[in-house]
Amino acid sequence: MQEISQGKISKMPLLEVKDLQMYFSTKEGPVHAVDSISFSLEKGEVIGLAGESGSGKTSIAITLLGLLPANGKIIGGNVLVENKDITKLSEAELSKEIRWKRISLVSQGAMNSLNPVFRVGDQIKESILAHESMDKSRAEDIVKHLLVEVGIPVDRYNSFPHELSGGMKQRSIIAMALALDPEIVIADEPTTALDVIVQAQILVLLRNLQKSKNMAMILITHDLSLVAEMCNKVAIIYAGQIVEYGPASRIFHNPKHPYTIGLIKAFPNIEGKRTRLLSISGSPPDLIHPPQGCRFAPRCPYATAKCTSEMPLLESAEPNHDARCWYASEMHL
Amino acid sequence: MTEALLTEETPVSSSDNVILSIVDLKKVFIAKLGFFASLRRSPNRIRAVDGVSFEIRRGEIFGLAGESGCGKTTVARTALRLVEPTSGQIIFKGKDVTHVSRNEEARLRPKMQIVFQDPYESINSRFSVFDVVAEGIRINKGLLDVRSDAQISDMVEKAMNVVQLIPPSQFMPRFPHELSGGQRQRVAIARALILQPELIIMDEPVSMLDVSIRAEVLNVMIKLSQEFGISILFITHDLALAKHVTDRLAIMYLGKIVEMGQSAELIDNPLHPYAQALIAAIPVPDPDGRKVKVFAGGEVPSAISIPPGCRFHTRCPYVKELCKTAEPELRLISGEHYVACHYYEEASAAYKNSRYSSN
Ligand SMILES: Nc1ncnc2c1ncn2[C@@H]1O[C@H](COP(=O)(O)OP(=O)(O)OP(=O)(O)O)[C@@H](O)[C@H]1O
Ligand SMILES: Nc1ncnc2c1ncn2[C@@H]1O[C@H](COP(=O)(O)OP(=O)(O)OP(=O)(O)O)[C@@H](O)[C@H]1O
Ligand code: SF4
Ligand SMILES: [Mg+2]
Ligand SMILES: [Mg+2]
Repeated sequence: MQEISQGKISKMPLLEVKDLQMYFSTKEGPVHAVDSISFSLEKGEVIGLAGESGSGKTSIAITLLGLLPANGKIIGGNVLVENKDITKLSEAELSKEIRWKRISLVSQGAMNSLNPVFRVGDQIKESILAHESMDKSRAEDIVKHLLVEVGIPVDRYNSFPHELSGGMKQRSIIAMALALDPEIVIADEPTTALDVIVQAQILVLLRNLQKSKNMAMILITHDLSLVAEMCNKVAIIYAGQIVEYGPASRIFHNPKHPYTIGLIKAFPNIEGKRTRLLSISGSPPDLIHPPQGCRFAPRCPYATAKCTSEMPLLESAEPNHDARCWYASEMHL
Repeated sequence: MTEALLTEETPVSSSDNVILSIVDLKKVFIAKLGFFASLRRSPNRIRAVDGVSFEIRRGEIFGLAGESGCGKTTVARTALRLVEPTSGQIIFKGKDVTHVSRNEEARLRPKMQIVFQDPYESINSRFSVFDVVAEGIRINKGLLDVRSDAQISDMVEKAMNVVQLIPPSQFMPRFPHELSGGQRQRVAIARALILQPELIIMDEPVSMLDVSIRAEVLNVMIKLSQEFGISILFITHDLALAKHVTDRLAIMYLGKIVEMGQSAELIDNPLHPYAQALIAAIPVPDPDGRKVKVFAGGEVPSAISIPPGCRFHTRCPYVKELCKTAEPELRLISGEHYVACHYYEEASAAYKNSRYSSN
């Protein structure tokens, strides 16, 4: 109420993640997979979470939806959906009010989550009927329409999952995630199994939905070209932390963190000669014993003594654009 | 015996430097119908692979790309005899293995390894990472000249280093559900590499890896093929990657190869309208750059009812009457470049034009 009188209501983001922290306990020690993660998302906005394999992208998604396995533990932070902290909700409340209806997840490896004994079309239909009351034939029409939109021939409505290719399974899951018109879709590597033409169709579909329904999206991917195509905003994740955060165009044209710069340079180019693929030298960080200073220091070409001993904070490198590097203001592509 | 099937135009030879030949391979799946539906109509026949021929040479990385659902995985599974082909031949090191006995198959298995497309499905979730990677050695101990457990640990550790699961000791005791997607994918690669096979089939092996780790892993694969003559069938939908990693490349559409050639040549100079559409749709990592357009529009036809004539004609911008009735054959155009299109010259000219004008 107070906020309305102060005219702040328009500023309230749809989703706000504040200083989220989570670890997995393992025999070897705790894996610090989510480390002080903060970002926000407005209606109709698309944020990309990009970063290396094992950096904690999926962990962020499952932490904020309360889908952690038994050894995962939240140790701090909040996840606010229109100012309501959903980390405080019970499992029953989450599954009834939040998941699928308001925030749906296309999980990584989801193509393996289809039930092998049911026909794909029926599975999507049942998931609609489980959340919304409508008659079966109407639900079936919705499913058929969705299948066509994701590029699966309608005559596959009756196929069993094992009768579909990898990409077809992935597309059925996308159809299922869109079925209930969620406000936010979290898509974790949604197009890894798709050729570029089908991928483009799906991206166009998602972009249209995002425009027409003002749907917001968290796109988790290791593929920078996908981020460039789809996202307004980007968070680059390294070793459980956000190392760079800002508008997509700034991050691509004027990256301020050496890791981001390395990623952009390593992107294979379709033009020109066949060359050796470029990588970022060194190995992925150990999340059980993370480096004590800057997590990227052991691999960073610019690292100094300060970098190996003191951890930089995520700070403004230019207006609206943050980076976690002691020398961010001096960095450029 | 194989010679009889080969014509001058068939892109398959039988020389010594060929490790695997696939000859006119076909696979039809019969889709199950429910009980009542089965009374009303005959079951659907899915023509997943519809006459595919190619060969992989020793030390070669051969790419197979194409639309989702076009039959790439089915080619791979049939080549390894994980599914029975409906017809056609699979020739491994000059020997027809299309119908070998179980015994012989067991002998061949360690020489041909596969990295499956879905690491969530293909890795046994009850095994620790160490056991998943070591499994192949344990099964094939007799054939491999491996004696002690220390030797096995050593091999596992090396393989895990190659795929950047570092430090290996931290990952060995974990179970697959305690790994990220890309880490699982790397476990699957380590498991295949450890047996030092002569042929590795990799089905979208790096789709979940970021550019840097992917480069590390693939540079090792390239080195293996160059130094030890290991051959790789590399299935991918990432043509930019295929250009840098593979020597030759075949593009499939609805169960058939529509274009094949040296990878760089094919990608710089695609002749088939479908290959052109695929290349034009590759997204670039630049938010202000070209935005994706859906080139080959239209609905993707189903492998249950493949269009007559050229199977791409329902989506092709160059389609003419001939395309709707006569199926174009895969023809040699120049060097090693094959295409199956009646009007590839027109398509090729138009493609080059559009490339120049857009730059
Ligand atoms: N259940 C678990 N128990 C222990 N460690 C885990 C578990 N799940 C994930 N991890 C570890 O947490 C880290 C982050 O994993 P996460 O799945 O979030 O990575 P990611 O960024 O999604 O990677 P990818 O791109 O490969 O999918 C990894 O090092 C992983 O090994
Ligand atoms: N066991 C099966 N039973 C019935 N149909 C099948 C079976 N396996 C595959 N198919 C069908 O065969 C066709 C080719 O599938 P395949 O998995 O080979 O495609 P793919 O090229 O690997 O696709 P993707 O890139 O999406 O993985 C698809 O139409 C698929 O639905
Ligand atoms: S044969 Fe005809 S329809 Fe097929 S690709 Fe060539 S021009 Fe297009
Ligand atoms: Mg992940
Ligand atoms: Mg496949």
